[in-house]
Amino acid sequence: MSRTDVRKTYKLYIGGAFPRSESGRTYLVETADGTTANASKASRKDARDAVGAARKAFGGWSGRTAYNRGQVVYRVAEVLESRRAQFEAELVGAGSAAAQAGVEVDAAVDRLVWYAGWTDKIAQVHGSANPVAGPYFNHSAPEPAGVVAVVAPASPLLGLVSVVAPLIAVGNTCVVIASQPAPLVAIAFAEVLATSDVPGGVVNILTGDAAEIAPWLASHMDVNGLDLTGVDDADLARDLEVAAADNLKRIRRAGVEDLAASPALDRMTTFLETKTVWHPMGL
Amino acid sequence: MTTFEYAPAPESRAIVNILPSYGLFVDGEFVDGHGEGFKTINPATEEVLAEISEATEADVDLAVHAARKAFRSWSRISGAERGKFLFRIARIIAERSRELAVLESIDNGKPIRESRDVDVPTVAAHFFYYAGWADKLDHAGFGPNPKPLGVAGQVIPWNFPLLMLAWKIAPALACGNTVVLKPAETTPLTALLFAEICQQADLPPGVVNIVTGAGATGRALVAHEGVDKVAFTGSTEVGKAIAREVAGSAKKVTLELGGKAANIVFDDAPLDQAVEGVVNGIFFNQGHVCCAGSRLLVQESVADEVLAKLKARMSTLRVGDPLDKNTDIGAINSAEQLAKIRALSDIGEAEGAGRWSPACELPERGFWFAPTIFTGVSQAHRIAREEIFGPVLSVLTFRTPKEAVEKANNTPFGLSAGVWTEKGSRILWMASQLRAGVVWSNTFNRFDPASPFGGYKESGYGREGGRHGLEGYLQ
Repeated sequence: MSRTDVRKTYKLYIGGAFPRSESGRTYLVETADGTTANASKASRKDARDAVGAARKAFGGWSGRTAYNRGQVVYRVAEVLESRRAQFEAELVGAGSAAAQAGVEVDAAVDRLVWYAGWTDKIAQVHGSANPVAGPYFNHSAPEPAGVVAVVAPASPLLGLVSVVAPLIAVGNTCVVIASQPAPLVAIAFAEVLATSDVPGGVVNILTGDAAEIAPWLASHMDVNGLDLTGVDDADLARDLEVAAADNLKRIRRAGVEDLAASPALDRMTTFLETKTVWHPMGL
Repeated sequence: MTTFEYAPAPESRAIVNILPSYGLFVDGEFVDGHGEGFKTINPATEEVLAEISEATEADVDLAVHAARKAFRSWSRISGAERGKFLFRIARIIAERSRELAVLESIDNGKPIRESRDVDVPTVAAHFFYYAGWADKLDHAGFGPNPKPLGVAGQVIPWNFPLLMLAWKIAPALACGNTVVLKPAETTPLTALLFAEICQQADLPPGVVNIVTGAGATGRALVAHEGVDKVAFTGSTEVGKAIAREVAGSAKKVTLELGGKAANIVFDDAPLDQAVEGVVNGIFFNQGHVCCAGSRLLVQESVADEVLAKLKARMSTLRVGDPLDKNTDIGAINSAEQLAKIRALSDIGEAEGAGRWSPACELPERGFWFAPTIFTGVSQAHRIAREEIFGPVLSVLTFRTPKEAVEKANNTPFGLSAGVWTEKGSRILWMASQLRAGVVWSNTFNRFDPASPFGGYKESGYGREGGRHGLEGYLQ
């Protein structure tokens, strides 16, 4: 008799741990090879727990040196690369063609490397020394906005990496609602994060119904930014934007985007603040 | 000690010629609005200055169409040509600076010393600064061929009428946008004089349009489908309403909103300088400043000394005629604002904080409020949480730098902060910890066209000034 394989329970990723949804709910995910999994269907309370974890992690993560954050993001790329076979299989399971799966893993790893290199450069490119008309030292530098809630795009791995990497590279922490039809890849990626020296709470991943969870994140008063990349329903996008106005979250609107193309800086800069510091000069 | 009385030193208002009535400025011409019209008054005397047209939805529509039409050519002429128009405007502002300053003080109530020495020179400088960007946008770091957005709808407040106009119009035009700007209903006059300056500079018609009116006019402008960009400076409440209004649209938005800045004084600070900075931080422009240092956080060990010095310094502040060159604190801008300041101050007293103002004679007519401090303020008090937008300072104390940071950041706002200490490493540590868009260390309330300004959290988003200020006007 052949060996019975050990299947994985796919849970949420909150505060560095893998809890089930407090609601006890799951939803059925069918993979290409015919097996099924019960993904966690996150609730409002899971979303709030995730925001709590992200807020708790923000001070430490944003306070790391940029060099250190670059090391950690690069480590994520290394670990993902080392699990290439697993992720190709995950992507095929989620419906990708085998060749396409390989291309997507390559692109995801390369994107992480690209953002890893940005951590200690963005302040130089996006900051400035300001020649004010008076005897003052004056400079501006970017700082992370805080906790950012994200509705990830459908592309299960490259999409997820493309929204998460820029946020954490610049020091934000995040709560991500993973691609609804392909949550397993996202939770597998959470395992990469959990073994890559990314502190617990820096990235929190929820699976389930984005239309159900996103409004709680959009209206949450301890969330500073909202990335609507994965929202393709225009009415939902508008409602989320309206809710986000309660505490004036920084917004990235949904729009057509070629994930395969080289990214610009806007995924980082949308969720950066600019701080300007003055000091008089004198003897 | 012998003290000398100040003799009156009034600035002449002969230099300004206020017309009995003003129209809207649309497509290069002054035209009548179709609303009811309203009066603008001198807040220091309650004298009616002029009858102002009110732009209706249809008037706003005409202005947006004029701006759209002008955009076709304005966005296509070279940056160098656009820049020369802005340089020209900067020069005319400098040439007519006294006229602008006197008019600003009459319509707004701010001291002539401030409008003459701060507002108007900074306005000219702002146009001069952005004029120079117009032909250098390729080098600004926003991609190789940045494009303007189109028509900008801009709504500005009454606290720095002409300066806020400059912050909005200069970068918009430099980037190749055209604008429809609505000044505040209590302070329209300098914007209308600016329209005249645009004519004098031969700025192509429609590039700048000024629509006067109150909230309804502003709402019509923000909601107009032909507007590609909304820029607003004002209250957080209205800012949130604008964010809701533009939700789901493609409009780009920048918001510069309220604040409740902490001005933090450590025990090793040069206390006389710090007190001067605290006074400037809250009493500059009658406290009608979004980045005003309205919460003094003073280290417990020097609290008594600082408070004594502060009271002594406040006793020398001269409140009165805005056109007197010796005046430190002018008139509150409107009866409505005065009522709000009074209400919040009464709440401060009712909640148990100690209220103090120097003996100070206030004019009988007009809107006036004596400089005021509240001691024994807790973080839960409304006067420590809400923006008063008047000459009212809440005093709190702290023991350790960490406690100062915690208290300073304990607000939904994040526009500015001040730090007073002689220790360099502490300044830089504090600056890194304060969640605010501008940190003034050993100084306060400094503004410069080259220096980006704007808030964290509910103080809004986007930056005005500097290279960063271009971003809100480019694709």
